[in-house]
Amino acid sequence: MKLTLNVWRQKGPNDSGHFETYHTDKVLPEMSFLEMLDVVNQDLIAEGKEPIAFDHDCREGICGTCGMMINGVPHGRQIAGTPTTTCQLHMRFFKDGDTITIEPWRAKAFPVLKDLVVDRSAFDHIIQSGGYISVPTGAAPDGNAIPVPKPKADYAFDAAACIGCGACVAACPNASAMLFTGAKVAHLAALPQGQAERYDRVLRMVDTHDAEGFGGCTNFAECEAVCPKGISIDVIAQMNRDLFWANLTRSQPKAKKESH
Amino acid sequence: MASATDKNEFFTVAAEPQVNSNIPPGPLAEKWTQHKFNMKLVNPANRRKHTIIIVGSGLAGASAAATLGEQGYNVLCFCYQDSPRRAHSIAAQGGINAAKNYRNDGDSVYRLFYDTIKGGDFRAREANVYRLAEISSNIIDQCVAQGVPFAREYGGLLDNRSFGGAQVSRTFYARGQTGQQLLLGAYQALSRQIDAGTVKMFPRTEMLDLVIINGKARGIITRNMVTGKIERHVGDAVVLATGGYGNVFYLSTNAKGCNTTAIWRAHRRGAFFANPCYTQIHPTCIPVSGDYQSKLTLMSESLRNDGRIWVPKTPGDKRPPHQIPEDERDYYLERKYPSFGNLAPRDIASRAAKEACDAGRGVGPGGLGVYLDFSDAIKRLGRQKIEERYGNLFEMYAHITGEDPYVTPMRIYPAVHYTMGGLWVDYNLMSNITGLFVAGEANFSDHGANRLGASALMQGLSDGYFVLPATMGNYIASEKPEKVDINHPAFAEAEAEVVERTKKLLSINGNRSVDSFHRELGKLMWDNCGMARSDESLRYALSVIPKIREEFWQNVKVPGEGEELNQELEKAGRVADFLELAELMCIDALHRTESCGGHFRIESQTEDGEAKRDDEHFTYVAAWESTGVGKPPVLHKEPLNFENVQLATRSYK
Ligand SMILES: Cc1cc2nc3c(=O)[nH]c(=O)nc-3n(C[C@H](O)[C@H](O)[C@H](O)COP(=O)(O)OP(=O)(O)OC[C@H]3O[C@@H](n4cnc5c(N)ncnc54)[C@H](O)[C@@H]3O)c2cc1C
Ligand code: FES
Repeated sequence: MKLTLNVWRQKGPNDSGHFETYHTDKVLPEMSFLEMLDVVNQDLIAEGKEPIAFDHDCREGICGTCGMMINGVPHGRQIAGTPTTTCQLHMRFFKDGDTITIEPWRAKAFPVLKDLVVDRSAFDHIIQSGGYISVPTGAAPDGNAIPVPKPKADYAFDAAACIGCGACVAACPNASAMLFTGAKVAHLAALPQGQAERYDRVLRMVDTHDAEGFGGCTNFAECEAVCPKGISIDVIAQMNRDLFWANLTRSQPKAKKESH
Repeated sequence: MASATDKNEFFTVAAEPQVNSNIPPGPLAEKWTQHKFNMKLVNPANRRKHTIIIVGSGLAGASAAATLGEQGYNVLCFCYQDSPRRAHSIAAQGGINAAKNYRNDGDSVYRLFYDTIKGGDFRAREANVYRLAEISSNIIDQCVAQGVPFAREYGGLLDNRSFGGAQVSRTFYARGQTGQQLLLGAYQALSRQIDAGTVKMFPRTEMLDLVIINGKARGIITRNMVTGKIERHVGDAVVLATGGYGNVFYLSTNAKGCNTTAIWRAHRRGAFFANPCYTQIHPTCIPVSGDYQSKLTLMSESLRNDGRIWVPKTPGDKRPPHQIPEDERDYYLERKYPSFGNLAPRDIASRAAKEACDAGRGVGPGGLGVYLDFSDAIKRLGRQKIEERYGNLFEMYAHITGEDPYVTPMRIYPAVHYTMGGLWVDYNLMSNITGLFVAGEANFSDHGANRLGASALMQGLSDGYFVLPATMGNYIASEKPEKVDINHPAFAEAEAEVVERTKKLLSINGNRSVDSFHRELGKLMWDNCGMARSDESLRYALSVIPKIREEFWQNVKVPGEGEELNQELEKAGRVADFLELAELMCIDALHRTESCGGHFRIESQTEDGEAKRDDEHFTYVAAWESTGVGKPPVLHKEPLNFENVQLATRSYK
């Protein structure tokens, strides 16, 4: 296959960046998108040029490290026709002679570090602000002590399947991370173990989400469409319900402390 | 123990082995409890005065960092990915074992212990494995409490399945994404400690050397992978939880960044490397499709619960699978191992696939594949049930190959998957360097010569949540590490070496890319130190590796600069270390003239082609001491004593 690539090149965080065009005729339909970039990079190295920097690790669609805009859509979702990560997008979906535009995630909260590599530490900050259940190691009751109805467990799993790639943010016109945040809130809120901190959690996580520079959700649902794990925007509705209750109680004095 | 193994031109043997396993006395079942009681404790108020460096944020590293942080220590945690949540533990699919006996099918701590010892082909320590089996139940409890969404039955209780090599249902799972959910649980616990200020996280930071002061591990040298800055970090103890080194084969199921650098640099500084030749080749991976291939993808072996493995009976049969009638198919695992059938352990299933392909009966491109067929299971259980059990695996397969496994049988082939070898540690998970601890896949313990399915996740979490937090306190309390800081000359010296090496890599400016060397090394290792090894193949590899290494240091091309994000530089450093490790793996494989577990030595097989162990000469752990690059290492033998189980031939027939 012959391809023309327009690739975003940016030396570092302070460089303004630009597109460069590359041609390759060494692409095979069995290759993954990242293997295609490997091939282009090997040629660049041979020509004494710097290869294109891009993040990747597992190359099997689970670590969430890879991610780029392919013809304007995160992970090239529109090309695969099904949810995918960039590493699981295969070249058989492209045609000989295609031109492909490749850019990094674009969002204020995800500054570009180099070429296609962005800084997603804002996601970690959201989880650090409450995306967990506070259970010290060794203090757990027997695993079967608290039954969890299967539908609840399945729902929790569906939400927990998020890989934290950032496609939802990249797809959103507001660069909102509500799908990411909602997924963790919904996962933990669905389980009996997550109840104790439920409302405090959602408040803290949403506050951090906003402080990190992500935008608000205005229901475009672009996030759901590109999510490689098919996380449903229902999690955002769930989060908003919890947030509503949490805000009601937040405005009241902390009842528990006062009653002592 | 005089034998052919006592040396050759490639190594020497230590007259007085420096490997004390420090296994506590007493009956097997009481060792850990008693040991926990005997160990010293650090007063909670004093803990924050002690800094613990943890390299790695996979299951082992994240669980250790979270727990030690929560205990009150000052923890510094490092990983090379942009977030601790992306460690390669995330990719584990199948499940995690625990001796809960929720199925009432005869499981017990002792049975899990026995299965793991036997599965490891009697090359692991009894005491370590028993502890692992003992702790297994607590792991499940801990994870459930953290909100890990394990699979459940309609009654709301935890579901189990059986996994390769086991005849009981003791594997807990979260659809086909168990590793992901367990890692996210540990990551969340870690995040909680980061928020609490007990753990400081350093993502995109690669450890490039270990710093030893007065014989004790006291720090590390790292490179900030965004700015290129080389930095020093000091602590009272160092934990390496940096995962496996399967990428020495280039193609493996590991993530692209998985490396040996951290443990190899520690090895070069004196830490013994144990059983480097024990690699696990996983039977169910998607076959290689071309030269451009950058990695191999595992299909969880849980698939073998319902899928049937077969090849055509006639060599060269090119008919599509559905046109090959039942009586012209060879369900070779069911035929050769009737009691375990498709669930035979990994080493056996892998070798059987290789044999079938070597005999010309392989399927797919290049004849390097066998069928994994679900048509019977779909007929029996219905498509929906199969979808429920393996939906995401089928999807992944379809994504990669463009074929629909609900209709056409999957094609699978063995691939490098796990490394049982790693840095040598004692019962407390401390290496022979005082203050250097090693956890998870990076150490050698617990799995012997072959790891059973669903036991690596168990070991990583056992090490991190339960073992290290107990033994670390004892170390700090009894050693009372003296005060040192990063201005100590040992830091300057280690840093200078790292800077020098980086400069060297950038200045060679030769004609070959890093990848081309890595591929060359990988193919050499796969062909000569892979699923089957012989004296001849290993000697051949040992004659070639030094040449590749030499060429690498003269002809590699690493573009860009050191003070920036430079992925070629990162790769170059890792490949340089693989080029040294590969040699040690071949020396270890050459010296072990027996077949055992993942190590199949052609010269050592029974009449019907099964692996033949040599207990008389090889019932020991081979711990290697480095004497410098290209110089013969020194072998320290740690004898393995079996007091509770009887050494038996591992038969799965
Ligand atoms: C595809 C696949 C499927 C598997 N399925 C199963 C299964 O079903 N059940 C099971 O029990 N086991 C399974 N395993 C094995 C198991 O997943 C691993 O052995 C285990 O997760 C390893 O955990 P770890 O914490 O030791 O290492 P990892 O999770 O690999 O973590 C290593 C950490 O070290 C860091 N690191 C590495 N090098 C450096 C460095 N130089 N500097 C700084 N940081 C560094 C990395 O960033 C990472 O954080 C599977 C393995 C694979 C590859
Ligand atoms: S590289 Fe891991 S999800 Fe793509």
